Amino acid sequence: VVRAGGRGGAAASSNDTPTDERTREREDIMRVRALLIGLVSVALVGGAWAGAALAQEKSVFIPLLVYRTGPYAPNGIPSANGFNDYFNLLNARDGGIEGVKVVFEECEMQYDTKQGVECYERLKNKHGGAVMVNPFSTGITYQLIPKAPVDKVVVHSSGYGMTASADGRWFPWVFNFPMTYWSQASAFVKYVAAQEGGFDKLKGKKIAHIYHNSPYGKEANPTLETLARTHAFELTLLAVDHPGQEQKSTWLQIRRLNPDWIYISGWGVMNQVAIKEAAAIGFKMDHVVGNWWTGTETDVIPAGDGAKGYKSMTFHAAGSGFKVHQDILKHVYDKGKGAYSDRGKVGEVLYNRTVIGAMLNTEAIRTAIKKFGEKPPTKEQVRWGFENLNLTEQRLEELGFKGMMRPLRVTCENHEGNGLALVQQWDGKTWKPVSDWIEPIREVVRPKLEEAAVVEGKKLGYTMRDCAKEK
Amino acid sequence: VIYREAGQFKTTYAADQAVFPIAQDRWLVGALLVAAFVVPPALATEYWLQAVLIPFLVYALAAIGLNLLTGYAGQLSLGTGGFMAVGAYSAFKLATAFPWLNIVVVFLLSGLIAAAVGLLFGIPSLRIKGFYLAVATLAAQFFLIWLFNKVGWFVNYAPSGTITAPDREVLGVLVTGPNATAEARYVLALAIVVVFALVAKNLVRGRLGRSWMAIRDRDIAAEIIGVRPLRTKLLAFGISSFYCGIAGAELVFLFLGSAETLAFDINQSFLVLFMVIIGGLSSILGSFLGAAFIVLTPIFLTNLPHWVGLDMSVALQKQIELMIFGGLIIFFLIVEPHGLARLWQIAKEKLRLWPFPY
Repeated sequence: VVRAGGRGGAAASSNDTPTDERTREREDIMRVRALLIGLVSVALVGGAWAGAALAQEKSVFIPLLVYRTGPYAPNGIPSANGFNDYFNLLNARDGGIEGVKVVFEECEMQYDTKQGVECYERLKNKHGGAVMVNPFSTGITYQLIPKAPVDKVVVHSSGYGMTASADGRWFPWVFNFPMTYWSQASAFVKYVAAQEGGFDKLKGKKIAHIYHNSPYGKEANPTLETLARTHAFELTLLAVDHPGQEQKSTWLQIRRLNPDWIYISGWGVMNQVAIKEAAAIGFKMDHVVGNWWTGTETDVIPAGDGAKGYKSMTFHAAGSGFKVHQDILKHVYDKGKGAYSDRGKVGEVLYNRTVIGAMLNTEAIRTAIKKFGEKPPTKEQVRWGFENLNLTEQRLEELGFKGMMRPLRVTCENHEGNGLALVQQWDGKTWKPVSDWIEPIREVVRPKLEEAAVVEGKKLGYTMRDCAKEK
Repeated sequence: VIYREAGQFKTTYAADQAVFPIAQDRWLVGALLVAAFVVPPALATEYWLQAVLIPFLVYALAAIGLNLLTGYAGQLSLGTGGFMAVGAYSAFKLATAFPWLNIVVVFLLSGLIAAAVGLLFGIPSLRIKGFYLAVATLAAQFFLIWLFNKVGWFVNYAPSGTITAPDREVLGVLVTGPNATAEARYVLALAIVVVFALVAKNLVRGRLGRSWMAIRDRDIAAEIIGVRPLRTKLLAFGISSFYCGIAGAELVFLFLGSAETLAFDINQSFLVLFMVIIGGLSSILGSFLGAAFIVLTPIFLTNLPHWVGLDMSVALQKQIELMIFGGLIIFFLIVEPHGLARLWQIAKEKLRLWPFPY
């Protein structure tokens, strides 16, 4: 079985027109030649033929850094497949974005920062040059943020990455809509307050934060600390070292502390272990809430029935009951181009998240094409498109995302957008939303975020731009 | 015929003690050096410089550092990642606290700081040896990473908890930070490696290197003939950490650009140790060969299907790459347990006799 994702860009050029046939012939000749030269002197060939064959079509190139192997593969596979399927859907159903094909190519990086850098450098100039990148790892996002304005590649860390980069005045090339870790943490506190019967009831309550001991895991701490001071709840921070297989001492502390609520910021194997441990000590599962990277099928299934009632934050609904899924099944899977071999997996939490990510990417590019009319758009235009993305309820309905996520608007100042959070609960079989859309406590988060943006921006030698002067 | 030293007479002690006593070697190394400085910056793409050659040079320096300690002085260490982290975080602190300081000076100073830390963690080596020492150095690895993760001062209280290379110039050319060209970074990394490889080569040929080897081969005998274990072992730790510290600083400043502690985790220590083992213990050339093998082989294998026009899914490709890579490691260790450097040495012996072997 040839997977569409592995074929990368070639998947985009499969219409049977005479030009394409010629292209294919030429491709074949080139392939033979490349093979011959390759055998003589492999190191000298490069990927010239692939680039030449594809350059004739109007296309935008989006590199995908994926991790289908290694310790984080259970998270990496659904994430990568979501991007693949949505891009394939767009190319098959609509002929791309406003007639501009989406060309994408995967690069395996095993969630390892150094391999990620290698992948980025390898892909960024292919197929006419990348216009944007989804790093899909907070660590790699940090590497790419300094490079973004130099290479003029938009970094879209959708729901992860550096929170401070949400201040678009300091980080014009970095976007993290629909939400940041800090907004998420504040929404969690708001949810707890609602469950307890109001913010005044939080006083004296004990909340523990179990986090991956890395910059990613620590992201939520400042927000939780600030809110702990204002609402007088008792916050305990418990770090778990990478990769998180060993958590006995952490959960011993939890037993001693007996907190009212637990918030978990984990990734990969740490999540499964944490949920198993929580079930093992008999903690009330509906008082354990993961962040949105700690609430996928692979995290809860190993804990079996013990995981029932476990909650997690999210910014979209799970399941395959939306119109976009029907479209994906019809236009991609029915033609045998699906990224999964088992179509039952369409609709997993992380899959949906990257389908949304892919949609946000392509809608931003569409915004740029509509505004400037250039096909394909330039890198600067794509950046403008991200900054002026305005997804209305009506547009979401047209795209088949109605009910799956909220309308979103990005501005020059606010690269986080106005996303809202949702709490979902595992019932033993599926994830079900159990809360209304929760507005983050923006009046607390935003000033802190702006402070952090000054520190992080100055570290890179940036100056603040004036959004009033932007068109 | 080509590679024979017949007719090359040495008339002075200096000529006899030269690093490369054979003229052909001198020419070869000289030509390689010139080529290394000229060809890649002129011809290589940004990908080749930034993602392939710079990490190779950085890891070669770290491997030389570990080879001094493990190969020459016989002290097994798993703290390389920790010492590299010391170098990286000191370089970040120094570069941000003293923006006027030349970046080369920053690298040297952060190497010295790493050396001091290495001295401290080398103290257990006076009482324990072999695998027990490896475990003790493992403590250094975990403690140092924990420290940099825990204490906000090391990252200048950045909310993201990462260190980022600022823009710095050498002789008016930007060499670090996101705006520096890959060519400039490469040339700086190469210059540092060349200088320190030469220093290392001379160190191990001199009094210090000989006392390291004496300690390695039999420490009691060495002590009897007058080698002081305390001084010798601690110097090995100090100098080795100096090299690793500079390599760590380069890793962030010239290669990654921005890093968190995870970039220096235990896997780094193993990786550098494997480089030393595969390249050849107690060989400077081996450090380069080992670094080349570990850094370049996976990249080569990843790109190979593309170059020959094969289409396969990235996951399958990665699995195959891992299998071939693992197989190659075993193959080379079976063919030559003393590492790639020994293979080169054998090849040289054969070359001398070619085409008339007896």
